[in-house]
Amino acid sequence: MNLTLNIWRQANANAKGAMHRYSLEGVSEDMSFLEMLDVLNEQLNAKGEEPVAFDSDCREGICGMCGLMINGQAHGPEVTTTCQLHMRSFKDGDEITIEPWRADPFPVVKDLVVDRSAFDRMIQNGGFISANTGSAPDAHAAPVEKKLADLAFDVATCIGCGACVAACPNGSASLFLGAKITHLGSLPQGQPERDTRVVSMVGQHDAEGFGGCTNIGECAAACPKEIPLDVISRLNKDLRTAMAKGY
Amino acid sequence: MVPTNQPSVQTSDDAAGYYTLGAPLVDELAPTGPINTRWQRRKFENRLVNPANRRKLDVIIVGTGLAGGAAAATLGEAGYNVKSFCYQDSPRRAHSIAAQGGINAAKNYKEDGDSVERLFYDTVKGGDYRSRESNVYRLAEVSANIIDQCVAQGVPFAREYGGLLDNRSFGGVQVSRTFYARGQTGQQLLIGAYQAMERQVAAGTVTQYTRHEMLEVIIADGRARGIVTRDMVTGAIETHLADVVVLASGGYGNVYFLSTNAMGSNVTAAWRAHRKGAYMANPCYTQIHPTCIPVTGDHQSKLTLMSESLRNDGRIWVPKKAEDCGKDPRDIPEEDRDYYLERIYPSFGNLVPRDIASRQAKNMCDEGRGVGPAVKEVQPDGTEKMMRRGVYLDFADAIARMGREAVETKYGNLFDMYARITGEDPYVTPMRIYPAVHYVMGGLWVDYHLQTNITGLFCSGEANFSDHGANRLGASALMQGLADGYFVLPNTIREYLADGPFEKIDESHPAVVEAKTAVEERIAKFLSIQGERSADSFHKQLGQIMWEYCGMERTEEGLKKAIGLIRDLKAEFWTNLKVLGTADSLNQSLEKAGRTIDFIELGELMCIDALNRRESCGGHFRAESQTEDGEALRHDDEFAYVAAWEFGGEDANPILHKEDLIYTAIEMKQRSYK
Ligand SMILES: Cc1cc2nc3c(=O)[nH]c(=O)nc-3n(C[C@H](O)[C@H](O)[C@H](O)COP(=O)(O)OP(=O)(O)OC[C@H]3O[C@@H](n4cnc5c(N)ncnc54)[C@H](O)[C@@H]3O)c2cc1C
Ligand code: SF4
Ligand code: FES
Repeated sequence: MNLTLNIWRQANANAKGAMHRYSLEGVSEDMSFLEMLDVLNEQLNAKGEEPVAFDSDCREGICGMCGLMINGQAHGPEVTTTCQLHMRSFKDGDEITIEPWRADPFPVVKDLVVDRSAFDRMIQNGGFISANTGSAPDAHAAPVEKKLADLAFDVATCIGCGACVAACPNGSASLFLGAKITHLGSLPQGQPERDTRVVSMVGQHDAEGFGGCTNIGECAAACPKEIPLDVISRLNKDLRTAMAKGY
Repeated sequence: MVPTNQPSVQTSDDAAGYYTLGAPLVDELAPTGPINTRWQRRKFENRLVNPANRRKLDVIIVGTGLAGGAAAATLGEAGYNVKSFCYQDSPRRAHSIAAQGGINAAKNYKEDGDSVERLFYDTVKGGDYRSRESNVYRLAEVSANIIDQCVAQGVPFAREYGGLLDNRSFGGVQVSRTFYARGQTGQQLLIGAYQAMERQVAAGTVTQYTRHEMLEVIIADGRARGIVTRDMVTGAIETHLADVVVLASGGYGNVYFLSTNAMGSNVTAAWRAHRKGAYMANPCYTQIHPTCIPVTGDHQSKLTLMSESLRNDGRIWVPKKAEDCGKDPRDIPEEDRDYYLERIYPSFGNLVPRDIASRQAKNMCDEGRGVGPAVKEVQPDGTEKMMRRGVYLDFADAIARMGREAVETKYGNLFDMYARITGEDPYVTPMRIYPAVHYVMGGLWVDYHLQTNITGLFCSGEANFSDHGANRLGASALMQGLADGYFVLPNTIREYLADGPFEKIDESHPAVVEAKTAVEERIAKFLSIQGERSADSFHKQLGQIMWEYCGMERTEEGLKKAIGLIRDLKAEFWTNLKVLGTADSLNQSLEKAGRTIDFIELGELMCIDALNRRESCGGHFRAESQTEDGEALRHDDEFAYVAAWEFGGEDANPILHKEDLIYTAIEMKQRSYK
């Protein structure tokens, strides 16, 4: 199929960006969206135009590195990551607009690449269980109810891609945060730090400049791992409990 | 200690003229005595470092996968001053995240006869007796601690209704010793290590440098003392100095261009160290994974693995008659299907180890019984042919036996992934699979302490060569990465650092200046060539050469041809590369150029190593060495050694050092899964 692509080009964080228009022919429906961009880049390079910078690594939907706004939707029209979106979701003659994630705490690095280190800083502020290496009790010492173990797993599948933030009109990272709070807070091992964790992580979230949650739900709709909106209620509940205890 | 085998004596010399023979190599730190006490004794013998001194000791760790992330977390927690590097935007994205199937541990929670001894035995046998027994024993021994550690961190492993951990069995093994988190075990283990590491970042013991690519090691006065990196955003070339350097930079399977590895996986860190003197061991040992989604066309950038846990319930078959290959598989009656693994290997069936499953899939397709769309293939003589490269992995029986819902719970995400990539519904028609490059057993040579032959340069995880021999059993790479990171390195590095801190060096030291200048000149060179071809196009061509001649089956003739082709490619690279953009900004073409040329040089060495080893073992199958019924035939009399290659200099032959593999706790046997 033949496509027209409108792509955001921006030389670096401080440069002014602009949309550029490219036409691309002979795209196969078996290509992933990123493979389609690879093909474009080969052509640009041959013509002497610098290839479009975009992030990706695993190309299996698990590392969370890829992420683009495609026709205004985070990761495009399907519930999946950009690397797992295939061109069979588009049709011949389509015009596709491709932009980087847009949110103040995710500054553009170049073209479609953004800086998501704010997520790492939130994890640094309590997003872990303090377990020193070498002193762990036998894994069977503390059984975990299957229901809770499954819940913890379901939300632990968040890949830290940032689509939730990009999709949210407020630029809130509450879904990402709620997923981590729910993962660690569902397990017996996570209880001792449950109150301090939520207070500290929310504090960092706000300090990074992410917006507040007003229950719009775009985040959950855009999340490639289908993290449910409930995790935000859980986040709020844990936060209230911790504050009531004076943390 | 009575050895169970003699040192081997090589009589064949297929690679004559392509290499120089160097002095034999001995692991000076190899422990002796009863095998089950070796590691305990060594941990005790290793000296301690006073907590107050640890702060003064700087540790550089390149890589934030399971091997590097776990080491950074543990060494940081111990109080050392750690600097951690990765090329991605966050440590959490290291390639370990993609591991699907699971992690082994000798917990014997199922009481099915498992033990440290059995895990040890299975791993040495599975690796075709080309790994070191002391290293493997240690791996089996600490495996149980890994699970405890991860559970304590909150890794959500699968559990049974009673709340206890669940286990499954995995390719090549008859006990259930694999722990898993649905099909995303690597992700959950890595997030555990990442969170532990971020905790140390907050505590100030670990500093993380993301989007930093290591491009050189600094060796001053005989010791590794630092690295040169490029800040991938600003282009700044930086030097980082330390008392010890650890490379945990993952495997080099991307030398084939198409592989299941992450796009950025590369050999640069290890290869730069190799060029500075570190030995590269057994580079020809690559693992081809039997259950990947077949190639569809030229545009393809990577291949996707379907976890081999699928082999527990799926049945693998091809049509008996070549003329049925184009038919809808549902229309092929039972009696016309060849369940070839069950037929040839009745006791292991679909669970045979990966090398065997892969080779048999290739054999079926070579016979003309492959399925799926025909794709263009270049034959060894240069002509083109259309071939079907796929076999069926069928869940119809499993769905009938367990019900669709049970299959969904067990494998749902893998089925979804398959459907998304192929556009076919695997609940209705059987999946198509084919082998793809997946993992490498070769890597930098290390001693028992995971130190390379360069003092102060350690190497762990997939980047080193030590634990898997010629073939890796499923679920043991994750085990090795975490064993190295959480339990081995912290104990062996302290022995090394007990002599530190070493004399301070600074930016003006000649070794630092030399390393930094070399990096700057190389980058300038890439940008100055201004030829016609992108780095990717060279990489793709290299991949085709490697897959054709140094892939699932190797021959003397083919390997010699490949070496010639690779040398030509290298010459063309340096005259016809085209990299646009500048050095002082994010420049992905420039990153690829550096990685590609390192792969080209490595590819040549892989072919030379494969040429020298005129035997078939594990992931290395030399057509000249097979049994009457086509199984791999080892030659322990000639090749029971580690091939450790020294860089011989630009355009000079590499130098081969042999380390004999002498077993005392295990008897070498021909491997049979029949
Ligand atoms: C699809 C897939 C599925 C798998 N499934 C399983 C499984 O089920 N069970 C199992 O046991 N094993 C599995 N494996 C194998 C296993 O995942 C890997 O062998 C293992 O994770 C490697 O870990 P590592 O820490 O050594 O390296 P990696 O996780 O690859 O980490 C490498 C690190 O080094 C960094 N790095 C590399 N080069 C540089 C450089 N030049 N400069 C700076 N940083 C650099 C990277 O940024 C990264 O942080 C699987 C592999 C694949 C491909
Ligand atoms: S919650 Fe979903 S959208 Fe947000 S970072 Fe995690 S996986 Fe991505
Ligand atoms: S590239 Fe890893 S999730 Fe898309």
